[in-house]
Amino acid sequence: MKYKDYYDILGVDRGASAEDIKKAYRKLAHKYHPDVSKDPEGEEKFKALAEAYETLKNPEKRAAYDQLGRHQPGQDFQPPPGWGPQHGDSQFAFDDADLADLFAGFSGGRQPGGGAIRMPGQDYEVTAQISLEQAYSGTEVELNLTVPERDAQGQLHRVPRSFKVRIPKGATDGQRLRLAGRGGKGFNGGRDGDLYLQVKLQPHTVFRVSGHDLYLDLPLAPWEAVLGATIDVPTLGGTVRLKVPPHTQAGQQLRLSGRGLPRPHGKEGDLFAIAQIVVPATATDVERGLFEQLAKESTFNPRARLQQEMNHAP
Amino acid sequence: MLPEHVEPEWLTEDHAFSLAELAELSGLSEAELRELVDYGAVTPIDPESSPWVFSGKCLLTVRTACRLRISFDLEPYGVALMVTLLERIQELETQLRELRAQTPHADR
Repeated sequence: MKYKDYYDILGVDRGASAEDIKKAYRKLAHKYHPDVSKDPEGEEKFKALAEAYETLKNPEKRAAYDQLGRHQPGQDFQPPPGWGPQHGDSQFAFDDADLADLFAGFSGGRQPGGGAIRMPGQDYEVTAQISLEQAYSGTEVELNLTVPERDAQGQLHRVPRSFKVRIPKGATDGQRLRLAGRGGKGFNGGRDGDLYLQVKLQPHTVFRVSGHDLYLDLPLAPWEAVLGATIDVPTLGGTVRLKVPPHTQAGQQLRLSGRGLPRPHGKEGDLFAIAQIVVPATATDVERGLFEQLAKESTFNPRARLQQEMNHAP
Repeated sequence: MLPEHVEPEWLTEDHAFSLAELAELSGLSEAELRELVDYGAVTPIDPESSPWVFSGKCLLTVRTACRLRISFDLEPYGVALMVTLLERIQELETQLRELRAQTPHADR
């Protein structure tokens, strides 16, 4: 079993009072709690923190932890003989246990009176990163977890569990799915825990996602914007031809109905192509001549409104 | 070990839970859940009807509430306040993400 330095995790010294431990925990919990923190490693840090606090806040567990002696974090060690809570004649399975499992034995499993209590299995939350293409057509993800499970004697073991989960088409960013009964096993008739899956969409190079709608920037040449054009536009379902109307302004959104992400129980989202007018970085002599001619002939004043508003400004 | 095939359940408006189910799945007691309803942190689909029915999204809210209650050792009122504010932040973050998606990228 690997040693963890609970005092070090909380940033307190070994002689810290219960009040100091609580204060240190609260300060760090505020910083790393996954529901509050934006730190990408917040969840891992908070788990370590919560585990350390769970043991050190309880005088009985803290005394037992202190009896384990001091080791380097991550160092393999064995608790001294006769250490900790014993369930009947059975020995704790130290090899495949985690330090946290050891202390869970203080309150779980069997009560001192000999009566067994029902314990629900633990719930788990996992994130599945999928591509936009996978969200569009539906996909299957494989989840591999190592979860603590109690055996018939109430002792904890780490067991691997593996699931193939079908993510139906229509899942979008942040969507949550529940896998009932696929968390930790309940003990003594307690219900099995659940597995919660959060869908995260990987950023796409072409499309941006807003709920079930998609957005893409559609570059147009100045003459395409003025004259109108029929152009090929990529969608998740393949290329489609889009008619750009004459006099399309930059920033104008052209809607491709039903070309967004499918919804689980309803109509598909839309795809919006946002017109962008781009100019060539270089121009040939002929092109330059044509633009000069246009500049001379045109009466168009792109700043008419700006000038009008400036004239009316107080 | 061969992976087990699982069909997940959507946690959306279409999926409903009773008060007892929410209590069982969140780890909060029914009394604590009633307090969360009183403080407006979760709202039954029809607050006037009896028994109460909650949408699938409420399960996520009350699970967050349970985590916060345990992690920060909070009273139900503090929990209700915190989940309400967290949900407002989430809504604003969603709006911000959506606005960013709708804004042409300047660097292209």
